[in-house]
Amino acid sequence: SYFLRHARARNYVSESEMCKLESIPLDFGDYHPLKPITVTESKTKKMTRKGSTSSTSSSSSSSMMDPLSSVLDGTDPLSLFAAAADPVTTAPSTDGARRKRDKDESSAVGSDFEPWSSKRGEILARYTTTEKLSINLYMGSEKGKATTTGSAVSEKVRTRLEELDDLEEGSQKELLNLTQQDYMNRIEELNQSLKDAWSSDQKVKALKIVIQCSKLLSDTTVIQFYPSKFVLITDILDTFGKLVYERILSMCVDNRVPLPDNFSPESVNDTAKETCLNWFFKIASIRELIPRFYVEAAILKCNKFLSKTGISECLPRLTSMIRGIGDPLVAVYARAYLCRVGMEVAPQLKESLNKNFFDFLLTFKQIHGDTVQNQLVVQCVEIPLYLTLYSPAIDWILQCIAYHAPDVLLTEMMERCKKLGNNALLLNSVMSAFRAEFIAARSMDFIAMIKECDESGFPKHLLFRSLGLNLALADPPENDRLQILNEAWKVITKLKNPQDYINCAEVWVEYTCRHFTKREVNTVLADVIKHMTPDRAFEDAYPQLQSIIQKVITYIYDFALLFSVEKFLPFLDMFQKESVRVEVCKCIMESFIKHQQESTKDPVILNALLHICKTMHDSVNALTLEDEKRMLATLINGFIKMVSFGRDFEQQLSFYVEARSMFCNLEPVLVQLIHSVNQLAMETRRVMKGNHSRKTAAFVRACVAFCFITIPSLSSIFTRLNLYLHSGQVALANQCLSQADAFFKAAVSLVPEVPKMISVDGKMRPSDAFLLEFLCNFFSTLLVVPDHPEQGVLFLVRGLLNVIQDYTWEDNSDDKVRIYTNVLHLLSAMTQETFIYHVDKVDSNDTLYGGDSKFLAEINKLSETVVSQILDHLKTLGKEETLKRQSQLAHYFFNTILAHGDLRNNRLNQLSVNLWNLAQKHGFADTKTMVKTLEYIKRRSKQPEMSHFTDLALRLPLQSRT
Amino acid sequence: MGTTLDVRVKRAGKVYRDGEILSGVVVITSKDTVQHQGISLTMEGSVNLQLSAKNVGVFEAFCNTAKPIQIINSTIEMVKPGKLPSGKTEIPFEFPLQMKGNKVLYETYHGVFVNIQYMLRCDMRRSLLAKDLTKTCEFIVHSLSQKGKLLPSPVDFTITPETLQNVKERASLPKFLIRGHLNSTNCVITQPLTGELVVESAEAAVKSIELQLVRVETCGCAEGYARDATEIQNIQIADGDVCRGLPIPIHMVFPRLFTCPTLETTNFKVEFEVNIVVLLHDDHLITENFPLKLCRM
Repeated sequence: SYFLRHARARNYVSESEMCKLESIPLDFGDYHPLKPITVTESKTKKMTRKGSTSSTSSSSSSSMMDPLSSVLDGTDPLSLFAAAADPVTTAPSTDGARRKRDKDESSAVGSDFEPWSSKRGEILARYTTTEKLSINLYMGSEKGKATTTGSAVSEKVRTRLEELDDLEEGSQKELLNLTQQDYMNRIEELNQSLKDAWSSDQKVKALKIVIQCSKLLSDTTVIQFYPSKFVLITDILDTFGKLVYERILSMCVDNRVPLPDNFSPESVNDTAKETCLNWFFKIASIRELIPRFYVEAAILKCNKFLSKTGISECLPRLTSMIRGIGDPLVAVYARAYLCRVGMEVAPQLKESLNKNFFDFLLTFKQIHGDTVQNQLVVQCVEIPLYLTLYSPAIDWILQCIAYHAPDVLLTEMMERCKKLGNNALLLNSVMSAFRAEFIAARSMDFIAMIKECDESGFPKHLLFRSLGLNLALADPPENDRLQILNEAWKVITKLKNPQDYINCAEVWVEYTCRHFTKREVNTVLADVIKHMTPDRAFEDAYPQLQSIIQKVITYIYDFALLFSVEKFLPFLDMFQKESVRVEVCKCIMESFIKHQQESTKDPVILNALLHICKTMHDSVNALTLEDEKRMLATLINGFIKMVSFGRDFEQQLSFYVEARSMFCNLEPVLVQLIHSVNQLAMETRRVMKGNHSRKTAAFVRACVAFCFITIPSLSSIFTRLNLYLHSGQVALANQCLSQADAFFKAAVSLVPEVPKMISVDGKMRPSDAFLLEFLCNFFSTLLVVPDHPEQGVLFLVRGLLNVIQDYTWEDNSDDKVRIYTNVLHLLSAMTQETFIYHVDKVDSNDTLYGGDSKFLAEINKLSETVVSQILDHLKTLGKEETLKRQSQLAHYFFNTILAHGDLRNNRLNQLSVNLWNLAQKHGFADTKTMVKTLEYIKRRSKQPEMSHFTDLALRLPLQSRT
Repeated sequence: MGTTLDVRVKRAGKVYRDGEILSGVVVITSKDTVQHQGISLTMEGSVNLQLSAKNVGVFEAFCNTAKPIQIINSTIEMVKPGKLPSGKTEIPFEFPLQMKGNKVLYETYHGVFVNIQYMLRCDMRRSLLAKDLTKTCEFIVHSLSQKGKLLPSPVDFTITPETLQNVKERASLPKFLIRGHLNSTNCVITQPLTGELVVESAEAAVKSIELQLVRVETCGCAEGYARDATEIQNIQIADGDVCRGLPIPIHMVFPRLFTCPTLETTNFKVEFEVNIVVLLHDDHLITENFPLKLCRM
């Protein structure tokens, strides 16, 4: 190494002043691109448009108008045209149009009507069976029967053979031993074959399929599945109804103009009418009552083609036709289907809906008749279960009746139900179908009725549940509220079966939380605990208990209040299954993070939440997914950040210490704690304005110690490195010099352990970029770290350089040399008389050594070594395939010398020229960059004391590329 | 394969009445020109009587009655022998549907022993080499509305074990009381048969209640006659053990073609009856019969 490096002396203050951008006083004028556009012009245009919405809104919001809405305000040509055309077309027909609209409103069901499709899934999910089902399809003529019976083939073979001539003319098909899923698949197949038959123009076959399907509805074996069966089969009927209607509608197309939506029968041509009549005649001759009813109901809409009054005549007839259905369950579902079709086709015809319900009431006594009872005995079905099978149908009928019905009608319905001895089944349906407001307003009446009502097998707790559901949606009169709760809870608390109890209580908790204080909520929770604890009944009721917690925290999100509810924590103890408990804890923490506005030190909250967080933390094990861990850590961190003891820093630290011991398995939490403690130390420093007293100095050292012993327990190496560096900086700032040294030493000794590849977001990535970034950061810090009196000069820098030297770098990487180049930046900064930055109240080396020549000599020695390392490396890059890298590195080194070196020194000057040439030698240099560099040098040369740059520029040739 | 012949009447329902004009088109489609010896259209109406197997032996003597009775028969020459151009040719026609003298145009009826049917037949005669083409098309005749007002004839009925005839062991019958009424046994054929039925009481569970529509066809002449009652259709109005005391509607649509206004001629008679059939769970079958008189208004 023949070379002595000269650092350029710098005057940082003047330099920074020189480099600063010219400061321009900011003009806080009117204009700002993000400010809302204010339009102040007054509107002079008067539009003759009917739509009143646009004109009113624009006039009222002139201050905050956005340009888009002003465009929509009628100034665009289309709306202008529309505005001009409007009066002409609408004026004469306004009256008619309004009448029409009124009519439309009454004839169409609004979106506030809960459609059948939303009930469908619920019914299918609720009414299931494990028993075996059967489908018996018999298509057409008698011949089929003869072929299938009598032969000695086994059952299995028979069904298989039958499947072959699946639904052929005259085939009979009996499918036995179907599971529920098989059954549903079969029905779906039938639905498909209906569509296929239709599209292949086999209308008769399609009709046969539909008839056979609706026949299945007269079969009540496996009665608990009946509601689901109804859903499945009426789907097919709906398909059929639609197919027939669309087919006839398509026949009405006259000169390619389809009929308008509300056509009159006169505009339907004869062929279409004849086809339609044919369908009705065909259906009228169906032998059996139930298929005849269902198929006719399915194509009820087609009456529109024949006469205006068709539907209004048909509905009452079909309604009374149902009287012929002996089985009350089958009948009530038939009624539900008729109401469903009726609501769809002619919702204005409310009479039939009511009639259906009244007819149902008339036949109600049948439920307790011998025929039904015998059937239940045969099927081993209990009365309470049997009665719940009615609910979907009655609910639906009542929902149709109650839709937009006046209160008078609802009151009348209630009276009618009462006359039937306040039957529980009916009462329940009334409550689930009528408007919540209606029910809520009469809550006391309902409670009285529920109490009086004849249970007749229908469980009373379901009634209270239904009432509770209504009260969760609508508020009862203010004065009744407490009494309602008392009355209801009196009954609920007496329920013996824990499942019944919890289903009821779950609903009523919401009502309680909504209208009452923590005292009542506490009582309710206490009651739930009392009921669910014996025999560990809570084990079967986790979903309900969870929903109770959800409701409580939705309404009580003031956590001080929440935890003052005494029974809240005991309630949580019921969640003994870990997965559920963690879920609940997560809910609570989410709510806390969402709602807690200010940091807290309330011991009750802290204790409770620490407990909850501990529960979450303790659920972490080797099998926990990363996402889950991250989620839990985020929640716990959210909590830690919200804890503040104000000026009581010691308390704060001891909280962090406690938290560390609690959450040691979640690294992100430990990281957060280290940051929090560092922050605490800095906060202390801020409070003491940098002058620590003996007490605060000790405290700060405690904080530093906390970090020092916590960091090694982390697994991610870069997290550790960065935290060491960060904590070292904090220690330095708090004048804990030896502690800072310890941090930096730890960091230095950790660097050799950095692996070549690290996992980032689950992917393996090379670590060099991270390491480079960290080391640069580290060196920057080391500038201000004063040397330890007992260790040699620049002990830490040397240590780090040694580590870098020994680190096993990637074979074909220049990272080491890049770092060396950066070290030169540091070393040049160290030679300055005053360092570029300092830590307040810490004497850095500039003050310590005061520009001592021995110190400078040390630095020079170091830089000499470094430079020689760089040059050696550049030499090794002389091979063909590494020339590009050589060029880049040479240029990089050149820039460093240009920025930090004193180029008045001849040898340095010569070195830079050599580097410049080296960079260009093999044509790998980027010409643009080189040109710019040269321009920069020329510009610099004009500055004072930089005249030697002029000569330098002359010595740097630009190589044009060949 | 080349040439097809089709007869289409104008009305979608193909329904015509006495005095009306039956109009339509004959459609001939062919790829090539068609050489023919004339196209004619024939309108035929006839009553076919058939003797039932059990009666055939007894009444072999009057086999002449089994021959079809012609009601109407007329032919028109549509096109003189010549050529038709290739493609689709439509030849419109009109037939006055008029009876001569006092003859009556019976209504179309498809029964078992009596069939009244009206056809349009189009014949295209061709040279010896090519086969003659024929196409027939049924059209339906409805008789004219009967004059005068139809007097409703309501019938009330009560069925108990005591009212039944043909009972072997009256004692073994379960007790029951079924009441009801038919709004009228004089029915307009286009209107359904209506009424109500109430099961006031029944010891045994009801399995099913059905309406059985029966045709009674009589063929005969001076020598004797054959009378056969057969079922047209069976319509269930109650399925299962219906609610006691609740009126169940009786409602039955008369099927087209298989019913016609009650008809009485010298050679044959077509009459209708309805049976109310109550089937009890112990397989007791109770039937109550009501003769109907159908007419067209």
